[in-house]
Amino acid sequence: MGTRARREHPDIDESMWTAIDAVIADNRGKPGSIITVLRESQEIAGYLPVELINYISMHMNLPVSEVFGVASFYSLFSMKPKGRHTVRMCLGTACYVKGVKEAMARITNTYQVEEGETSEDRRFSLEGVRCLGACGLAPVMVIGGDTYGDISADKIIDILDKYE
Amino acid sequence: MQRLTRETLAEKQAQEKKRLTDTTIKKLLICGGTGCHATGSIALKETLVNELAAKGLQEKVQVIETGCNGFCAMGPLMVIQPDGVFYQKIKPEDVPELVEEHLINNKQVKKLLYKNPVTKKRIPIQDDIPFFAHQMPRALRNKGIIDPESIDDYIGRDGYQGAARALLEIEPADIVEQVKISGMRGRGGAGFPTGMKWAFAQSSPGDVKYVLCNADEGDPGAFMDRSILEADPHAVIEGMVIAARAINAHKGYIYARTEYPLAIKRLQIAIDQATACGLLGTDILGSGFDFSVEIYQGAGAFVCGEETALMRSIEGRRGMPRPRPPFPAHKGLWEKPTILNNVETLANTPQIIQKGGQWYAAVGTETSKGTKVFALSGDVNNIGLLEVPMGTSLRTIIYDVGGGIPGKKKFKAVQLGGPSGGCVPEEYLDTPVDYEEIAKVGAIMGSGGVIVMDENTCMVDMARFFMEFIQDESCGKCTPCREGTRRLLQILEKICEGHGSAEDIEALESLSDVIRSTALCGLGQTAPNPVLSTLRYFREEYDEHINERRCPAKRCVELLEFRVDSEACKKCGLCFKACPTDAIDWEKKQPARIDNEKCIKCMTCFEKCKFDAIF
Repeated sequence: MGTRARREHPDIDESMWTAIDAVIADNRGKPGSIITVLRESQEIAGYLPVELINYISMHMNLPVSEVFGVASFYSLFSMKPKGRHTVRMCLGTACYVKGVKEAMARITNTYQVEEGETSEDRRFSLEGVRCLGACGLAPVMVIGGDTYGDISADKIIDILDKYE
Repeated sequence: MQRLTRETLAEKQAQEKKRLTDTTIKKLLICGGTGCHATGSIALKETLVNELAAKGLQEKVQVIETGCNGFCAMGPLMVIQPDGVFYQKIKPEDVPELVEEHLINNKQVKKLLYKNPVTKKRIPIQDDIPFFAHQMPRALRNKGIIDPESIDDYIGRDGYQGAARALLEIEPADIVEQVKISGMRGRGGAGFPTGMKWAFAQSSPGDVKYVLCNADEGDPGAFMDRSILEADPHAVIEGMVIAARAINAHKGYIYARTEYPLAIKRLQIAIDQATACGLLGTDILGSGFDFSVEIYQGAGAFVCGEETALMRSIEGRRGMPRPRPPFPAHKGLWEKPTILNNVETLANTPQIIQKGGQWYAAVGTETSKGTKVFALSGDVNNIGLLEVPMGTSLRTIIYDVGGGIPGKKKFKAVQLGGPSGGCVPEEYLDTPVDYEEIAKVGAIMGSGGVIVMDENTCMVDMARFFMEFIQDESCGKCTPCREGTRRLLQILEKICEGHGSAEDIEALESLSDVIRSTALCGLGQTAPNPVLSTLRYFREEYDEHINERRCPAKRCVELLEFRVDSEACKKCGLCFKACPTDAIDWEKKQPARIDNEKCIKCMTCFEKCKFDAIF
């Protein structure tokens, strides 16, 4: 167990490990808190590599199978590294009706990145996400913390070009 | 903040009411919902505050950031009270003029007023705008009026009066009785009578019980719950206190979507304020009753909107449903008696207790009482949030409140109830909003998402879209849903790609029948609905895809092949300039030609052509 759950991973630095330890300490022994721990750890580390899942399960005193089961069930959790910018395209019905499919195809063609994948240069991760509830702005795209409404296949490349 | 008792709450209510209704101070109510935040209301607020300070008006004019006003398509927007004037699409550059004209010279700024899309007339007063005029706000009674981050505002609008009555004046049995009399049915979608649900949990033996609020609003195109939480979080908390008292629970959870950060933030502020005022926690209002609430953030799984799956998820496990019985009222969260209510249901509860079940039941139809909140979106002019009495027709919602279809396009269908719902065509638009009536035309009331589709929507593609959603969100526990929806999706994909055959329709129908009758939970049982309802009303579109290999709405890319009508072509070259893959041949004074080998069917040329020469 000890070797599998070392505090070592190229994408996670020491300050991140310290922050993750604090999250675990806050929640250890609290029933039902594993989803919270995974969410906050992912916020810190960017994604959930298998080494981190091992580490969390050991320190939360839960079987790895159970933690992995939870992490793989919920779409929020990613076990793959993300690009510098995560482009989230709303795939809700209103956005779909207003042409998000065409906009998404344009991104895929221009930057060679499929939905759910990261481009080879790790510039963009393209995600189709569940309805963001901002249907008044449909179709909606979110890049990091910036929300863009009323996007179209035409406008989208100009917007994305700003994100290096 | 001081802990409140019955007496001090009444004093505070009177005092805050006086403050809220004071007409000597102008109030600038800026919408601070997610939609308006995205269109720039935060910057607008800052500019306004600075401008008012520069003009020395900060004492006489108050800037308040409210929750979602509802008219999302017009954001960022602002209402000036007590004048009642509605301004839309305000940019920070407009602020100096707005302050100078409206606040100093008392003149309306015409260019920022709402313009009726039909008559082209400007309408200055919010209540005169058709979008608002047909509404009856109950669950949304505080939207756009109060600052959601201020418990004082909520108390000034009779907040926590229902809770005070439930805790200090009437018995738990009376609470359940009033909710039963109100006739309110669960607003999450299934429409189970709320009073009955509470009665089961009340009679369930046990020292530990739970009250849960379902804020896992997963239906695409639905944003009612988000808006309520952003605009009036205390109403939901008060509803939970009343429910807790009814069944004698001391712990509650709000299960909220992680995609709604602003709603979660405002809920937490509301919980902290209510706790500080003694309206949550121990000995609420001096009644001796204890109840605390915690927010539990979901992690992105649609199936967690199903009650048993939601409880699993709070327990920290994979959110998979289980068979019922036992029902959660007997064995729910951690095997204890539990009630789970939707956000809108809980937001209605305080008024039912304060004003009585009869008051609530006075509005609505025979079997569907009260009002319903809808999120209107898609191909409709007035996108936004609305609340109308039960019994209002779909036509009124789409054409009177919604302002009709933009761009002279024709109405095709309206989708109700999300992935579990169905599409309603033109001929049934006079159907009233009523659980039973809507079910008769093959849709469901659902949680309240109303998506309008114009003639450019392909109904086969729509069915495929919903099946892709369900397939992706199926938790995989039961075979009919896991495998059945996958097969449905494969067949629909085949049809959309032009490889459909006549037997496919039959296969869709028989598979749908099996899934409907054998799936474990509501998600699976209703999964075939989008297929069945489009087959029922738009069978000819399926036939066109299968027999003629064409998609009349031009949405199924594989079936498209673009050509230029050389007679209609005006040789302008717009298509040539727009094509991203150099698939168009064009020279000056020559009609364009499309090289179908290079064409990626992105539709750009089709949309750019002003002469309908590309088809």
